[in-house]
Amino acid sequence: MNESDFLKVISPFKDKVFRLAKRLLVSIEEAEDATQEVFFKLWKNKEKISDYKNIEAFAMTMTKNFCYDRLKSKQAGNLTLVHTNYKGKETPLEKSIEYKDAVNIVHSLIEQLPEMQKIIIQLRDVEQYEFEEICDMVSMKPIAVRVALSRARKTVRNALTKQQNYGVS
Amino acid sequence: MGLANIEKLVIKYKNGTTSLEEESILRNYFTGESVAAHLQEYVPMFTYFTFIKKESFNKNVQLKIEKPRNKNRKFLTVAASIVLLLTSVFFIKKENDRYQAKKQFAQVTKGLKLLSIQLKKGEIAIANVYSNQNN
Repeated sequence: MNESDFLKVISPFKDKVFRLAKRLLVSIEEAEDATQEVFFKLWKNKEKISDYKNIEAFAMTMTKNFCYDRLKSKQAGNLTLVHTNYKGKETPLEKSIEYKDAVNIVHSLIEQLPEMQKIIIQLRDVEQYEFEEICDMVSMKPIAVRVALSRARKTVRNALTKQQNYGVS
Repeated sequence: MGLANIEKLVIKYKNGTTSLEEESILRNYFTGESVAAHLQEYVPMFTYFTFIKKESFNKNVQLKIEKPRNKNRKFLTVAASIVLLLTSVFFIKKENDRYQAKKQFAQVTKGLKLLSIQLKKGEIAIANVYSNQNN
């Protein structure tokens, strides 16, 4: 496999890797570095790639693990996460203010979820992976994945309900 | 899709038991125009999910980040060891030359000493011969 083959193989899911990394690491720069690192590692192990049943799932697992390590070393170094340089302005659609608010609120609600719930809601509700694939990526049983997903959805939904009730008054 | 059905799907969705197809029905409904008032809280959720999925990795994937640096370092180590080797060879050779020269000098001195001793002997012998003849 040469470089351009490899780039072709990864191109359908490189955004997904980036988005998962950003979900966990918050900052764009860190997420970019993580994405770079994951693909570099994958490229170095390219001889084994044909063995992997599903490179995409493998890359997502690598991303999850890499970000976990990053988060761990950050905590060890007593560094706090730089809070979201998330750009809500970039919405290409209209209804911008209303839209931006909704997006930002949900974004920060998800940010407050436990790591595993973040990952699972990202993989399911944003990336729309099948449950089997998610189980594979996070090495968890289907029931555990569904429970985590259900908790994440309910937490976000309940917070939004509350906010709406306050917002109306 | 009737509202009753959507409500059913919403419950399933909250329990994490909807299929991808069912979730896409929900996504279409909640990002659409008319959403029932009591389900409004799902609008920002599904709006967010579709919005955030548009975010992409805009850099080129670099597959050679470390390679050039590594190559350079390898080259440098090789070069450094060669330099070290050459200088040590040079010094050893120089030292060796000096040693050889000393040895040769000592040998020559010894030879010349011997020669001079022998010459002296000869001289004395000749002197003796002359003095015997004169007597």
